[in-house]
Amino acid sequence: MAVKTLTINGEQYSAQEGESVLSVCRQNKIPIPTLCHLEGLSTVGACRLCLVQIEGIPKLLPACTTKVEEGMVITTSNQKLDKYRRMIVALLASEGNHVCAVCVANNHCELQDLAYEVGLVRVRYPYLFPKKSLDATHKEYVMDHNRCVLCTRCVRVCDEVEGAHVWDVAGRGIDCEIVTGLDYSWGSSQTCTECGKCVMVCPTGALFEKGVTVSEMEKKKDFLKYIITARQKREWVAFTNE
Amino acid sequence: MSPVEQPKHPSGDNRFKLLDRAITKHQARGDALIEILHVAQGIFGYLENDLLIYVARSLKLPLSRVYGVATFYHFFNLKPKGEHTFVLCMGTACYVKGAEQIQTALEEHYQCRFGDTTKDNSVSFITARCVGSCGLAPVAVLDDAVVGKLTPDESIRRVEQVKLSVPEVVS
Amino acid sequence: MTLEDLQDLAEQERERQDQKKHRVLFCSAAGCASCGADKVSAALKAKVKEHALDKECEVIGTGCMGLCGEGPLVKVQSDDTMYRNVDVRTAEKIVESHIVNGKKVDAHVCDTNVPFFTSQTRIVLENCGRTNSESIDEYVAAEGYAGLAKALTEMQPADVIEEVRKSGLRGRGGAGYSTGLKWGIVRKAHGEQKYVVCNADEGDPGAFMDRSVLEGDPHRVLEGMAIAGYAVGAQQGYIYCRAEYPLAIERLKLAIKQAEKAGLLGNRILESQFNFRIDIRIGAGAFVCGEETALLASIEGKRGNPRPRPPFPSEKGLWGMPTVINNVETYANVAPIIRKGSDWFAGIGTEKSKGTKVFALAGNIRNTGLIEVPMGIPLRTIIFDIGGGTPDGTEFKAAQTGGPSGGCIPADQLDLPVDYESLMKVGSIMGSGGLIVMDSTSRMVEVAKFFMQFCMDESCGKCIPCRVGTRHIYGLLDKISKKKATQDDMVLLEELCMMVKETSLCGLGQSAPNPVLSTLRFFRHEYEQLLQPVETFEGEPGIVVDFEK
Ligand SMILES: Cc1cc2nc3c(=O)[nH]c(=O)nc-3n(C[C@H](O)[C@H](O)[C@H](O)COP(=O)(O)O)c2cc1C
Ligand code: SF4
Ligand code: SF4
Ligand code: FES
Ligand code: FES
Repeated sequence: MAVKTLTINGEQYSAQEGESVLSVCRQNKIPIPTLCHLEGLSTVGACRLCLVQIEGIPKLLPACTTKVEEGMVITTSNQKLDKYRRMIVALLASEGNHVCAVCVANNHCELQDLAYEVGLVRVRYPYLFPKKSLDATHKEYVMDHNRCVLCTRCVRVCDEVEGAHVWDVAGRGIDCEIVTGLDYSWGSSQTCTECGKCVMVCPTGALFEKGVTVSEMEKKKDFLKYIITARQKREWVAFTNE
Repeated sequence: MSPVEQPKHPSGDNRFKLLDRAITKHQARGDALIEILHVAQGIFGYLENDLLIYVARSLKLPLSRVYGVATFYHFFNLKPKGEHTFVLCMGTACYVKGAEQIQTALEEHYQCRFGDTTKDNSVSFITARCVGSCGLAPVAVLDDAVVGKLTPDESIRRVEQVKLSVPEVVS
Repeated sequence: MTLEDLQDLAEQERERQDQKKHRVLFCSAAGCASCGADKVSAALKAKVKEHALDKECEVIGTGCMGLCGEGPLVKVQSDDTMYRNVDVRTAEKIVESHIVNGKKVDAHVCDTNVPFFTSQTRIVLENCGRTNSESIDEYVAAEGYAGLAKALTEMQPADVIEEVRKSGLRGRGGAGYSTGLKWGIVRKAHGEQKYVVCNADEGDPGAFMDRSVLEGDPHRVLEGMAIAGYAVGAQQGYIYCRAEYPLAIERLKLAIKQAEKAGLLGNRILESQFNFRIDIRIGAGAFVCGEETALLASIEGKRGNPRPRPPFPSEKGLWGMPTVINNVETYANVAPIIRKGSDWFAGIGTEKSKGTKVFALAGNIRNTGLIEVPMGIPLRTIIFDIGGGTPDGTEFKAAQTGGPSGGCIPADQLDLPVDYESLMKVGSIMGSGGLIVMDSTSRMVEVAKFFMQFCMDESCGKCIPCRVGTRHIYGLLDKISKKKATQDDMVLLEELCMMVKETSLCGLGQSAPNPVLSTLRFFRHEYEQLLQPVETFEGEPGIVVDFEK
């Protein structure tokens, strides 16, 4: 594997061919906010939070899907990028019904963390207050569409890791919604194996375990790395959570 | 909604034979999903749940994937349409020539939003993007006939006219 | 079929046509079809029969004759007489008087010696209105498949690519990327299979250029695709056609069948080693599927969600294989380029924009219809000479090109030459060819709102800026148009537009703000007139985000 050298925020770094810009940044502790990306799942480049500026390319590119190239000169943070990131989180906040104070995921929520990370203090867009439902028909878990940010992590983990493909996205545009089967209630799904992977990868309080109350829903994501290294390399790595 | 996840048994219903033929023609490949949904809708008029299940099972696809595709594309109807359809063109040319006023007038007159069917199930109001007759803008397709150079009043008159006509027997 | 067979076929068909004293052509394209062309053709045929003229006179359906607003159109080819607004009675008269007695039906004769016809240059539409859209023989007689034959017998794939590159042909689907360069990349890319895809999704609402080509001259597109297949080393082509065009789909199916039967598609085309098949895929009503990666997803039977590029389809396209995607009109230019050479093509148009462009003229303009003009022609010529200007008593205000991804061009820019770069400079795009004329009655905020609603409805929902951003932009425009907005909202609006443009995943989101930005640029006063003075405004304050830990 060839080694590539590149410049990030004025510093020189080296990376493996085929690696993503995000992965190089993560290894070198350069902060880039992400939401749709999750190590171990396919990348979709959908949330646009990880956009970076690359010299010579007129468009902003997502760090998660962009592969490193020799001599790349990358800026991960500047006034414009920071502003756009704030705006993206603000858009998410206005799209759903997020009330952290009463949420099971309060203090353990990636959306909340993102808001702090990008420095969002005020949402200037009118809240859309969509009428969304809550599905508590599953015997172990609950899906609260009000808190879903449509990152599709649950869809991907269920398809790619568990292999059940219970979830998918239905509808289009602002009306997109995560569904099970033909928009069945989750509890009546015959394909759900109750493994709980979707609950664990969900960044917000949209998917949670039954019986938890405010601030109690902690998401454990380390299993992904464990399973995937086991599958790919037949190696069972240490299982720690953060 | 009851999750009947067993496909309806096709024997006895000739329409399923037609559908099966299309599925075989595409070697039951998952990537033919959209083609198959077109055929299914053509045969059955709309895509009800049992039909989607049948397609999913035949193509060996997860149900949610089939549902996701069927709801992504506006061409697919998951509900039956009314006896008549009024498709109003909302393309740019028609818009510039006043299609919006027609929409408002019809919505008020029939108390039915575009995208829905009237309560008595007589007319479905649908919008489309450019039906290719921009020269006649504003244009609508009423059942199968293109009607051009419409006004709000004329549109209501036309709808009333087809409502009075004897409804075709749907086979 | 061999090359000689093809030439023989062309010869025979030309002779057959020469033997007919009269060819009466009726426009069978969408515009005329929707105002009674079928009744007209039936009347023509019945009368011909009645007068026992079957031997010397044939009645033929052709592609779009151009003047859609005055349809149904009928043409008597022997003396090039065009009739407009033909109804059944007139159709009967045309046969009885013009064909039988040589006396024209003056009341309906359409003067073709006017700029609408004389200012046009027809390459893509050369057969539309001249040949039978359903006959491969007539296409062959009009030098059809001669381009493919030349490529297969006289040229190496690399020569074909070089010829197309030298011609300066650029994509007609929007972005205007060099077609030759694109093919070169696909040729070089590694893959067990390669694919040629034709983008016939024509999503721009108010545009029907591609449809006219597909309905009027389907073989031209097939030939272009086959040449592309030979050039890049592909054996399979797909045409992704929108479901809203049933006639185009039917004509394509027929054309493919005819070409296969004649050995012009399929295995060992014209007895060469080249195999090429074309299948049709039917869209299902999603504008975003015109975007190339979404289109590929749709062909693969999935939701039409775009994916980030790179990798570009030229490297990783359909099922991960190198794929050429071009627009219908782009393919329609290929055969003439190969047949007549790149120099001929490069001689038309401007330095950077070669050849012609087909436009669909609509809106508040006298002559609505389909036109083909050389690149670089001033917008004024298109609108006032060809289009005849705005209807009585109204004043031209702006022309919109590029549909929901484009922008408007105001009256003081009318001398702008129509080419890729000039349009880009004024904040619009060439787009696929929709040209909507707006007069003094159009309110630009409403126009911007209309396009934003379109983009919002058509957003696939995958990425946040487009999914939620277009919704808020629409909300702000609505607020402005209802006179409830303030200067603050204008700031929000412009900020959001820039953000959605720069951060969205695909071209839909990236260009959705264009109509707003462009109307803001030229008609800002129309926005400002609608604003509330800040003092009297009582709106909700910005909501403080509730992300407290
Ligand atoms: C939202 C969106 C819609 C598009 N719609 C079309 C279309 O309807 N027809 C088309 O040919 N190209 C369309 N395009 C452009 C295609 O993505 C692609 O660039 C084009 O088909 C390439 O062909 P060309 O090089 O021949 O222009 C669209 C692009 C976007 C972003
Ligand atoms: S439920 Fe959670 S994981 Fe699934 S899309 Fe919504 S936010 Fe993402
Ligand atoms: S820009 Fe819009 S259409 Fe394109 S991927 Fe994003 S949401 Fe989908
Ligand atoms: S993390 Fe890269 S786009 Fe979402
Ligand atoms: S815009 Fe309505 S027919 Fe074209």
